[in-house]
Amino acid sequence: MASNKNKFGFDISLGRQINYDANNRNIAEYLFDKEPSMRRCIECGGCSATCTTAGFTTFSLRELMILIKRGETDEVYMNLKKCMLCGKCTLVCPRGVNTRNIIVLAKKAFQKSDEYAI
Amino acid sequence: MIIDGKKAVWKDYQKEIADDRYYYVRSCVRQNFFPGSETAFLKIMREELNKDVYEHPCHTSCSGIGYHSDIVPVETTMTVVARQFAIMTEAGYENLMPSCITSFGLYTEILDTWHHFPEVEEKIRKQLKKATGREFDKPKNLAHASDVIFKFRKEIGAKAKYKLINKNTGEPLKVVDHIGCHYAKMFPSKGIGGAEYPYVLSGMIEEWGGQVIDYPERRHCCGFGFRQYLVQANRGFSIACSKEKFESMKPFKPDMIITNCPGCPMFLDRWQYVINEMEGKRYGQNGEGIPVFTYEEVAGLVLGYDPWDLGLQMHQTDCEPVLDKIGIDYSPEDKYNLETVSAFSKSLV
Amino acid sequence: MNKHVIVIGGGVAGLEVAGQLSNMGIEVSLIEKEPKTGGHLNKWYKLFPDRRNSSEVQSYLARIVHNNRIKLLTNTTIEKFKKGRGHFYVTTNNGEVLNADAVIVATGFDLFKSARKEEYGYGIYDNVITSADLEEKFQKGDIILKNGAVPETIGIIHCVGSRDEKVGNFYCSKLCCVTAVKQAIEIREFLPDSKVFCFYMDMRMGGAFYEELYREAQEKWGVSFIRGKVSEASETIDNKLTIKVEDTLAGRPLKMKLDMLVLMAGMEMSEGGVRVAGIGGLKTGENRFFAAVDNHTGSNRSNIEGIFYAGTCTAPMNITETISHARAAVVEVIDYLKDGK
Ligand SMILES: Cc1cc2nc3c(=O)[nH]c(=O)nc-3n(C[C@H](O)[C@H](O)[C@H](O)COP(=O)(O)OP(=O)(O)OC[C@H]3O[C@@H](n4cnc5c(N)ncnc54)[C@H](O)[C@@H]3O)c2cc1C
Ligand code: SF4
Ligand code: SF4
Ligand code: SF4
Ligand code: SF4
Ligand code: SF4
Repeated sequence: MASNKNKFGFDISLGRQINYDANNRNIAEYLFDKEPSMRRCIECGGCSATCTTAGFTTFSLRELMILIKRGETDEVYMNLKKCMLCGKCTLVCPRGVNTRNIIVLAKKAFQKSDEYAI
Repeated sequence: MIIDGKKAVWKDYQKEIADDRYYYVRSCVRQNFFPGSETAFLKIMREELNKDVYEHPCHTSCSGIGYHSDIVPVETTMTVVARQFAIMTEAGYENLMPSCITSFGLYTEILDTWHHFPEVEEKIRKQLKKATGREFDKPKNLAHASDVIFKFRKEIGAKAKYKLINKNTGEPLKVVDHIGCHYAKMFPSKGIGGAEYPYVLSGMIEEWGGQVIDYPERRHCCGFGFRQYLVQANRGFSIACSKEKFESMKPFKPDMIITNCPGCPMFLDRWQYVINEMEGKRYGQNGEGIPVFTYEEVAGLVLGYDPWDLGLQMHQTDCEPVLDKIGIDYSPEDKYNLETVSAFSKSLV
Repeated sequence: MNKHVIVIGGGVAGLEVAGQLSNMGIEVSLIEKEPKTGGHLNKWYKLFPDRRNSSEVQSYLARIVHNNRIKLLTNTTIEKFKKGRGHFYVTTNNGEVLNADAVIVATGFDLFKSARKEEYGYGIYDNVITSADLEEKFQKGDIILKNGAVPETIGIIHCVGSRDEKVGNFYCSKLCCVTAVKQAIEIREFLPDSKVFCFYMDMRMGGAFYEELYREAQEKWGVSFIRGKVSEASETIDNKLTIKVEDTLAGRPLKMKLDMLVLMAGMEMSEGGVRVAGIGGLKTGENRFFAAVDNHTGSNRSNIEGIFYAGTCTAPMNITETISHARAAVVEVIDYLKDGK
């Protein structure tokens, strides 16, 4: 839609709300299926606290996993590429979540775009 | 929906509303937005209900709009409000009845602040005295003008010429009530029905024959928010709030919206036009908008006042669809005839 | 020991106290305002943490009371209360005057009245129920909506009436988090196709085997946990509920539709307890529960010598804690009767 800025000086703001019902959660389903340990995540942030990448960019594995679970996957794919697969996150996770595998699988899921992407 | 559950909540939020002898303070912005409303209100109060309503030409804006826009400091606002109290006191009145919801919220907030911090009240008394030489008593009773109409809704209903009923189908009109945020969200105990299920407008709708629509975004703010609207760059957020409400009420096919705040009818009315201009979307039936009214306008319509006397030609979303549903007798060609409108206004003085 | 003790309240705590005292040869009168003893336990389906049937604990309590000579006064409350020289005179609503050497108050808790959280619409929206209502549905074995349909998405709201200044309850009710987890699992058992969401402020799983149950709910039953306080619920045109919550860990507000909402109502001092406090001159705390004289070493002792507390009339407790607290009360009473007065 063309912007209304010229006509009115403003556009109708888009909602920031996560609209759970409107979202597609295929990628989360795929990950739960292939790496069931993801279900155990308690969103404590241990992984992102120690993450090499998180220290220098806006990358947060904890947040990305939440967004995947809610079906808010627009930004997730680009962000996943920042991970260096160093494995430190898996080392610290108190719930034994195989975080490294989640990243590998998530990239795969996004690539199989027909079936899983948004 | 279990209506008895709502009734139980309503019972918890009754408030005392004075019977007679009101000191009326007008809203600065309402007089511009919907000029017929206050005029109609005074006519209803004085001529239909035979009440003593006192007005004084020296009362001012409560300065709430400046307070809520971060321009006027709260102490200044308090002093302005103290001056309104002084005018009321000097005239021998005790029951304050503001026309504006934000004013009502502000008066409530100020009285509550003074209750908890008497030293602030003392300071304001001194300031007012120094600035104007005036002294004041606090109002004995504070009720919004919509509270008063609510109180007399049955009397108005008894005199009604029209009901909020679709004359073709015999079905009650589906009415959305929108309550100004400052009516009860800050002080739920001061609003009829409280903040979650306010009854002040629902009570009028029911009494006058309509059916209240409870839709998911009923409690959502209209988006006015003062600073949010006043700064052009923020208007996208303001209009998005109204849009959220329209999207949410649309499936219920409302016939009309009734409001009790200056900002809400303004924005719910005007933003429908803007959304249509921007996105080509309308929320009423048959490609029309949803007409938006003040409660005074609705009371006036029910009592059989001429729509153009009530100022309905000032609405941007056409009100005719509702007038036709109710079967109100009006002359389309007089819509913009200033002669008849001023005659009505003159009849008051 | 030729002594007589009055126990007020016949829930888990009162029954345990009565049974144990009676085992020791003490004469006991048990006053219960309802027609039946057992208190809240009667309403529960399966119990956390191990999900055994609540009837097992009920029959334990029935046994311990049945095997003893306890004077059971059901449909009875107390009207008057007097302390003489080491003696208590208790007048019941039936006009009977009981004379005792010591009194144990075990008046339990009341479930928070969820209609007070108006924004959730309990009693207004068709499919908003409480944890206690859900237990009843489990007992009956049919988890259905008001219109008879089977719910597909169910939301559970934690901390309803607890940790909430707006209703005057600062405290945590301590066992609604685990109740939510237990009930989420049970819903999934009853309705394998359903999706369950728990909206929590903190997951307080501080009891034996609680965290394990939480983990099971996530791993085995796929229950979703979203951290945020639900701010309001509304009914949609298709008779569903929509809620607003912030997904605090995603940092974004979230809205979703649900078929059913279950409110984890908190525990409050019981009205029966408030009455006893008034009649007996017993001190209550800021949280309105009975105030014990010492939080560490005297949690059963009241401000009046010879009157003791047992169970949830002093604070939220699970059954394990209630029974331990009741047994501790027995020790206190025995001590008192032996050399106290
Ligand atoms: C939804 C929910 C689920 C729960 N599930 C579990 C679980 O799975 N596992 C677990 O361990 N715990 C559970 N609990 C906790 C458990 O219910 C309590 O620990 C237990 O009921 C406490 O027993 P009580 O005797 O202290 O109180 P209550 O059960 O409240 O009993 C008090 C008794 O005193 C009576 N009474 C009150 N006032 C008077 C009066 N003035 N005169 C005479 N009689 C009076 C009452 O009628 C009642 O019978 C749950 C609690 C809730 C809210
Ligand atoms: S450390 Fe483990 S449990 Fe914590 S957020 Fe990361 S994956 Fe989840
Ligand atoms: S594997 Fe990736 S996400 Fe994990 S710590 Fe290393 S960089 Fe961070
Ligand atoms: S609150 Fe009402 S009366 Fe006060 S300044 Fe605003 S519009 Fe005017
Ligand atoms: S706009 Fe937000 S911060 Fe302001 S009063 Fe409303 S909820 Fe509170
Ligand atoms: S136990 Fe959990 S749900 Fe209950 S009050 Fe405490 S934090 Fe809230």
